[in-house]
Amino acid sequence: MDIIELKKIAKRIRLSTMQMLEKAGTGHPGGALSMVEILVTLYFEKMNIKPHEPNWKYRDRLILSKGHGNPSYYAVLSEKGYFAKEKLSTLRQYGSILQGHPDMNTTPGVDMSTGSLGQGLSIGCGMAIAAHMQHEKFRVYVIVGDGELDEGQNWEALMSAVKYKLDNLTLIVDYNKLQINGSNEDVMGIAPLDKKFAAFNWNVIRINGHDFRDIRNALEMACSTSGRPTVIIADTIKGKGISFMENNPIWHGKIPDRVQFEKIFRELEGDI
Amino acid sequence: MTAAKIATRESYGNALVELYKKHNNIIVLDADLAAATKTGIFKKAVPDRHYDCGIAEANMMGIAAGISTTGLVPFVSTFAMFAAGRAFEQVRNSIGYPHLNVKIGATHAGISVGEDGATHQCNEDIALMRTIPGMVVINPSDDIEARAAVEAAYNYDGPVYMRFGRLAIPIINDKPSYKFEIGKGVVMRAGKDATIIATGLCVGASIEAAEKMAQKGLDVGVINIHTIKPIDKELVIEAAQKTGKIITVEEHSIIGGLGSAVCEVLSENCPTPVLRIGVNDCFGHSGPAVGLLHEFGLDAEGIDKKVSEYLK
Repeated sequence: MDIIELKKIAKRIRLSTMQMLEKAGTGHPGGALSMVEILVTLYFEKMNIKPHEPNWKYRDRLILSKGHGNPSYYAVLSEKGYFAKEKLSTLRQYGSILQGHPDMNTTPGVDMSTGSLGQGLSIGCGMAIAAHMQHEKFRVYVIVGDGELDEGQNWEALMSAVKYKLDNLTLIVDYNKLQINGSNEDVMGIAPLDKKFAAFNWNVIRINGHDFRDIRNALEMACSTSGRPTVIIADTIKGKGISFMENNPIWHGKIPDRVQFEKIFRELEGDI
Repeated sequence: MTAAKIATRESYGNALVELYKKHNNIIVLDADLAAATKTGIFKKAVPDRHYDCGIAEANMMGIAAGISTTGLVPFVSTFAMFAAGRAFEQVRNSIGYPHLNVKIGATHAGISVGEDGATHQCNEDIALMRTIPGMVVINPSDDIEARAAVEAAYNYDGPVYMRFGRLAIPIINDKPSYKFEIGKGVVMRAGKDATIIATGLCVGASIEAAEKMAQKGLDVGVINIHTIKPIDKELVIEAAQKTGKIITVEEHSIIGGLGSAVCEVLSENCPTPVLRIGVNDCFGHSGPAVGLLHEFGLDAEGIDKKVSEYLK
């Protein structure tokens, strides 16, 4: 797909994301905004999927381990046609198909229920093992937040992905450097991520997570790597696209006020 | 009852081999305990379907969840302590919440683990697992029931927790009429004075205890509740109505396990005095399994003593 087109889609996704959060009145803007280009590239260019047949057996899978970032994920799924766009305004409300964290049983297109951090990569390993065992060609993508790398289960999963030679598994780290209590390095310290993943024998690629060419090339390299899994460390900006939200940890789980939303929509709509 | 004794963990390993002969979409996961959980028996028979996930139970539960989404049926195996305890939240959120078709084979449950002591004697797993919505909890009472449970778990669509023991125990379900059905309790012995409702290895011990009591003129019935969730409400209520006194016996904490489940049913449907026999809100310790069961009053002698006293 043309890069200009991908950029247009990303802008629409950011606008939808903020509209959803405004309506919901609760949710997590920062991490939803930092992974928009990653999601758009995966769903509009890379993944082999049939939105009219969400449970198609041979589809590529995506696990959003950082489940709290789901507004942009839901916006992408809706843009792809998994469900009607009107549903987006029901996010986090009674009876909604769009739960506060992804639920595979209520939202078409969601491949795994997530939200409790640190569990997605293990599940991705399981799907990738099953694909290998059944000689199926589908690929498995897992998006983790950088903050959730504090969870030890990730490092258990990293070992098992190498043991089972899961070259059909691609891990993408939305490396926006911030988590609830502040910077990754102040909260726990996860750096140097590239060296850690390399020491675990993963194929490591580092990119600008807002650059479509970078993302596209990295996903391609992951596909052509055999015998071991690939991790794409995507340097991103938390709150990307909204001037006053960028790189500020307070926007992890905070909803803007009315005046701020007006500014947000001026910025985002001006873009489109 | 026959003289042959077999541990239900051994039944589990054997049953997996038999199951694979009929259903080749199963896959067995283990966490560096294949010799102890007896999935080693399956590994020997079907090596390419046995996955050793290392000493990393949380990750193993996630892998099982992922595998199950593709239509394969994973049997995840480790000690009860680590399946229900360490990996509780993974079982709850990655398996229970999405209601995935994962079968958990948890061995080394209860104090009959023996010499390994308190850290490995899980007396809390039934309590933990039965709080998860949609989770089936099965605690078989002998080899025959354990093997039937594995097959039934496969045929059930959804998460199942199966509890197996380390200690070899007698076979008690060898009647030709024996039939295993998830959620259906089994009347092992009729009685008029009171009913013992037992689970797991305590069923055999309770039958023996009832026989001892019969010699003293006490007519005590025994019900085997192999499925603690969903529990056989009708049978429990019927026993309470018929005998007016209920005693629960389990190799598990008296908090949250079979005793609690029976009390929940009766308090809402047929308030009845219940004596709960089990591990009395304390940790176990090292010792031979049989000695520990005696010490904790969970062998025939102990059950006989407590129940006889209760019925005085």
